Amino acid sequence: MSLFYYAIVFLPFIGCLIVGLWGGRLGARGSEFITCSLVVIAALLSWGAFISVAFSDNDALRISLLPWLASGRLHCDWSLRIDTLTAVMLVVVTTISALVHIYSIGYMHHDASRPRFFAYLSFFTFMMLVLVTSDNMVQLFFGWEGVGLASYLLIGFWYQKPAANAAAIKAFIVNRVGDFAFLLGVFGIFVIFGTVGFDDIFAKMLTGQYADKFYFLHWQFSGQKALDVVCILLFIGAMGKSAQFLLHTWLPDAMEAPTPVSALLHAATMVTAGVFMVARLSPLFEHAPIALLTITAIGAITAFFAASVALVQNDIKRIIAFSTCSQLGYMFVALGIGAYGAAIFHLFTHAFFKALLFQGAGSIIHAVSDEQDIRRMGGLRKYIPATYWLMIIGTLSLTGFGIPGTFFGTAGFFSKDAIIEASYGAGGALAHSAFWLLVIAALFTAFYAWRLIFMVFHGKPRAPVDIMHHVHEAPPVMLVPMVLLAVGALFAGVVFLPYFFGAEYQLFWNGALFVSADNNILQQLHFVPLWVQWAGFAVMAAGFAAALLFYIIAPALPAQAARLLSPLYKFLLNKWYFDELYNFLFVRTAFAAGLFLWKIVDIKIIDGLGPGAIAARVAAVTDRVARLQTGYLYHYAFAMLIGVTAFITWIIFGSLN
Amino acid sequence: MTDQWPILSTLTFLPLFGALLILVIKDEGEAAKRNIRNVALLTSLFVFVLTLIMWAGFDKNNPGFQWREQIDWLGKGLGYHLGVDGLSVLFVVLAAFLMPFAILASRYSVKERLKEYMVAFLILETTIIGAFCALNALLFYIFFEGSLIPIFLIIGVWGGPHRAAAALKFFLYTLLGSLLMLVGLMAIYWQVGTLDIPVLLSYHFPVTMQIWLWLAFFASFAVKLPMFPVHTWLPDTYVQAPTAGTLMLSGILLKFGGYGFLRFSLPMFPLASAKFAPLIFVLSVIAVIYMSLIALVQKDMKRLIAYSSVAHIGYVTMGIFAANIEAVEGAVFQMLSHGLVAPALFLSVGMLYERMRTGEISAYGGLVNNMPKFAAVFMIFTMANIGLPGTTGFIGEFLTLIGTFREHSWIALFAATGIILSAAYMLYLYRYIIFGSLSRESLKSLLDLSTREKCLLYPLAGLIIFFGIYPAPLLNMLHGSVELLVNNYQQALANSNAIFAK
Repeated sequence: MSLFYYAIVFLPFIGCLIVGLWGGRLGARGSEFITCSLVVIAALLSWGAFISVAFSDNDALRISLLPWLASGRLHCDWSLRIDTLTAVMLVVVTTISALVHIYSIGYMHHDASRPRFFAYLSFFTFMMLVLVTSDNMVQLFFGWEGVGLASYLLIGFWYQKPAANAAAIKAFIVNRVGDFAFLLGVFGIFVIFGTVGFDDIFAKMLTGQYADKFYFLHWQFSGQKALDVVCILLFIGAMGKSAQFLLHTWLPDAMEAPTPVSALLHAATMVTAGVFMVARLSPLFEHAPIALLTITAIGAITAFFAASVALVQNDIKRIIAFSTCSQLGYMFVALGIGAYGAAIFHLFTHAFFKALLFQGAGSIIHAVSDEQDIRRMGGLRKYIPATYWLMIIGTLSLTGFGIPGTFFGTAGFFSKDAIIEASYGAGGALAHSAFWLLVIAALFTAFYAWRLIFMVFHGKPRAPVDIMHHVHEAPPVMLVPMVLLAVGALFAGVVFLPYFFGAEYQLFWNGALFVSADNNILQQLHFVPLWVQWAGFAVMAAGFAAALLFYIIAPALPAQAARLLSPLYKFLLNKWYFDELYNFLFVRTAFAAGLFLWKIVDIKIIDGLGPGAIAARVAAVTDRVARLQTGYLYHYAFAMLIGVTAFITWIIFGSLN
Repeated sequence: MTDQWPILSTLTFLPLFGALLILVIKDEGEAAKRNIRNVALLTSLFVFVLTLIMWAGFDKNNPGFQWREQIDWLGKGLGYHLGVDGLSVLFVVLAAFLMPFAILASRYSVKERLKEYMVAFLILETTIIGAFCALNALLFYIFFEGSLIPIFLIIGVWGGPHRAAAALKFFLYTLLGSLLMLVGLMAIYWQVGTLDIPVLLSYHFPVTMQIWLWLAFFASFAVKLPMFPVHTWLPDTYVQAPTAGTLMLSGILLKFGGYGFLRFSLPMFPLASAKFAPLIFVLSVIAVIYMSLIALVQKDMKRLIAYSSVAHIGYVTMGIFAANIEAVEGAVFQMLSHGLVAPALFLSVGMLYERMRTGEISAYGGLVNNMPKFAAVFMIFTMANIGLPGTTGFIGEFLTLIGTFREHSWIALFAATGIILSAAYMLYLYRYIIFGSLSRESLKSLLDLSTREKCLLYPLAGLIIFFGIYPAPLLNMLHGSVELLVNNYQQALANSNAIFAK
C-alpha cells in the first residue's frame, strides 16, 4: 500500500529530475511525453487512493521515510500522512496538474525551452504533493517554500521580460513576509506543545497536555489566548500564500507567468495551500476563537475587495486573478466560521472551474496572438465556438448558477452557496457582516465574469484586422483537458456535496477535519431562512443583468459611469493603490536605510572613528609604499611572528619563575 | 600518549610536509608549476581522506574528547595536547574539505610566485586544523594567531589592486582582538596554573574574573567572526583577497570565532556568558538586519555576498548564547552550512570575475542564455543562502531561531526578518546577473562552466542539498557534546543562583 503513495508523490519528481537533467538531449517531445505520462499515472493513482481512503473508515495512514531534523526536543521525519483531507488534495493537485501538463503541450508549442517548462511544472507538482502529505509543521513548511520556489521560477519563466522578473521577485518576497509569521507560528507550536508532529499536537490538544503559559514578545498568554496568537501567526502565512487582503499584491503580477501556470499554481492548487493548512490544523484553530474571527474578517474583506477590483480591470488574466483572490476569501470565511468542509468543498470545485477559466483565457490569448486586453477583443464567439462554450460553463460555475433547493446547479453553485448560507447560519455580528460582504461580492462576481464574456466574445471585433485574420480555435490537445475540467465544473458539486458538507460528512471526513462539540454549523444550515438561500441566486441574476445592460444593450454606459464616478473608478483600477503604498512604505524605505547604514554608519562612523581609522591612516601610507615594493608586506608578517613569539616566551618564562 | 596512531598530529602537520616538498621543487618552467600544483592538490586531498577516516572512527556516543594525544612540551600545563569532540570534529573535516577547492580554484588565476602561494595555503591548513584540534589554550592561540600570517600574505601579495590597505585593516583589527585574548590567557594561567582545556573546562572561575576573561576573549572572537561593529574589515578584505583566500576566510577561518565561544566563553565563563548574552543578542540582531539592508544596496557582487555572509553569522552568535540544545546545534550547523554556501557563492562570483575582470553587478545580465549550467548551480547556492528548506541553510537558521524563540521571542522575531531581507538581496543579485536578455556584446562570448569549474561547484551544490535533506550524519556528531555543554552551562547557572539565594 505504501508503494502506492510513494508513486503518487515521487512520480512527478522523477519526471522533473529526468527532464531537468537530460531535457536537452530528450528534446521537447520526449520531455513532454515523460512528464505528462508520469503525472497522469499519479493522477489515476490518486483517484484510487481517494476512493480507498475517503470511502472507508480507516484511520490516518502514516509512512515514515527518512529522519530529517533531530535536535534536543525537536524531532521530525520525512513522511507521508494520508487521510481524507490529504486524499482530496491529492486528487485536486494531480488531476489539475495532469490536465495542465497536457494542455501545455499545445499552449507552449512555440516556446523553445519546453523541457525547462515541463521540469518546473513537475517540480511544482511534487512540492505541492509533499505539502499536502506532510505529517509535521516543518515538512509542511518545506512544501510551502518549495511551491514558492516553483512559483518564482514559473512566473519568471520568460526571463527576458523585465516585468516577469519583477513579478517573480515580488511573489517570492511577499510570500516570505507571510512565511516569516508562519515560522514564528511554528516556533510557537513547538514551545507550547514541545513537538511539531500533527498527530502529537492533536493528541495533546485533546488531552490538554500542553504548556498553559506562552511568552510572546513581552506578553504572557495562557490557555486559549496562546493558541490564538499561534494560529494568527500561522494564518498570516496563509494570507501570503493564498493572496489574502494586505498580502495579495503579488497575485495579479504573477499573471506574467505562462497561462497554464496561472491555471495550475495561481488558481487551482498553490494558492489554496493556505486554506489546506488551516483545515489541516483545524483541531488547533477550532480552539482559537479570536484567530477564527480574524480569518473570517480577512476572508470577507478579501472576497469583497478583490471582486470590486475585478469589476474594472481590462487584462483578461488579471480579472481572473482577482476573481481567484476573491474566491479564496470565500474559503477563508468558511474556515473562520468553522465550516471546514465547506471551505474544502469550495477549494475542490473552484479548482475545476477556475482552471477551466484560465485555460479558456489561454485559448483566447492564443487565438488573438498573445493579446490580453479585453478592450482589443470582442466578437470572438463565431471564431472560437468551443472555447466560447467552455468559458460559458466556467462562468456559470464561478457565478454559482443553479436553482436553490434542487439538485440542479453547477459545481460553484453548491459550494459557494454552502459558504454564504453557513456564514448566515453561524451567527454573531462578524459572521453576519461577512455574510453581507459575500453576497455583495457574489453580485460583483456575476458582473465581472459576464463582463469578461461579453467583452471578449460578443459585440463587434475590436482587434486589428490582421489579428482577426489569424484567429483560430485551440488544438484538441488543449480542448480535451478543458472539456474534462468542464465536466468537473458542472458536476463536481452535485455529486460530492453530501460527502464534503452534507449528510455523509462524518463518514467521509472520518475525523480529518476536527469540529469541537459546540460547533454545529452543519445543523444550522437547515434553519437558514429561504430568502438567504435565494440571495445568492438573486445577486447572480442581478449581476448578469447589469453586465448585459452595460456591455450588450447600452455599450456607452461603462464610459459614462467611469466618467461620472471617476475617483472611485481610478481607485478600483489602481487596485486600491496598494502597490504604491507598499512601494513607498517598504521598498523605498529599505533601500534608503541600506544606503544610509552603508555610506554613513559603516563608512563614515565606524570606519572613520573606530579601529578602521587607524587602519585607514596607516593604509594611506602603505598603499604608496606597497606600489613601490610589494615585498614590504613581508616585514609586517615577520614583525607579527616576532611579536607572537615574544609574547609566548614571556608567558612561559614569566610563569616558570 | 595513547598507543594508537596519532592521526590528529598527522592531519595537522601533513600539509606542512607538503609545503616542504613544494619548497624543494625548483620554480622554473611550466613543468615545475604543474608539479607544484599537483603536490599541493594531492597533499590536500590526502589530508581530506584522512579526516574522513578520523570522522568514521569518531564515536558519536562519547561526548568527551577523542583521538587524544598528549606530550609534555613547555612544562606543566603547557603541553602539546590534541583531541576532538563533537564540537570540533566536523570543523576539521570542513577545513580539509575546503582546501582542495582553494587550490583548484587558483589553478589559473595565480601566475606569479606560485610556489610561495601554495606553501602559504598549506601552512594555513596546518594552522587551521591545529587550532580545531588543540586541547591546550596556548596551542590553540598559536595556531589561531598563526593562521593570520599566511592569510595576511595571501591577501597582501596575491590580492586585488587595494590589497595592501585591505590586508592592513584586517591585520590591525585581528591584532587588537588577539592581544586582549593573550592577556586573558596569561590571567588564566596565573589563576589556574594550567592552560590545558579539559582542566579549564572543569575549573570554576570567580564571577568577576569570568567577566574580565569573557570580555578579553570576546574581543578576539567578535573580530574574527565578525560581529557588529567590528565587521568593517571584512568587506574590504573579501573583495581584495584572491578567490581562494576569500574561500578559506569565509569558509573556515571565521568559524574560529564561533568555535571559540563554544570552546571557551560558554563552558568556562558561564556566568559571564549569561550576563552578556543580551549584548550578544542585540549585536546578532543588528548583524542580521543591518548587514542585510546594506547588502541590498551593493553594486559589487563580492561585496554583496560579503555583507550577506556577516548577516548569516548573526544566527550563529544568537544561537550559541541562547544556550539550549536546539540553538547551539543550530549554531554549529549554521557554521558548517555557511562553510559550504559562502565558499560556493564566492567561487561562483570569482568565476565571473575571472571571465570579465569586474565585480560590478551592472556589468552583467542575461547570463542564463549562454551559461545555463552556471545559472542552475548559482540558483541552488542562492536558495541555500536564502535558507530554503531542503538546503543546509534552512536547518541552521531554523534550529537557531526555534531555540532562541524558546528563550527570547523578541530576539527570534527580529532575527527572523532576515528570511525576508535575504530573499530580497539575493533575488535582486540573481536577477541582474543571470536573468534578462543578453544585450551586452562583451558577455556574448562567455563560455559556460569548464570541467574544472564543475568539479568545484557541483560537489558543493550536491552537499548543500544532501545535508539539507539528510542532516543526520552531521547532527548526530553534535548531540553528545552539545548536550554536555548545555547541561554544564545550565548547571553552573543553577548553582550560582542557589548560592545567591542563600
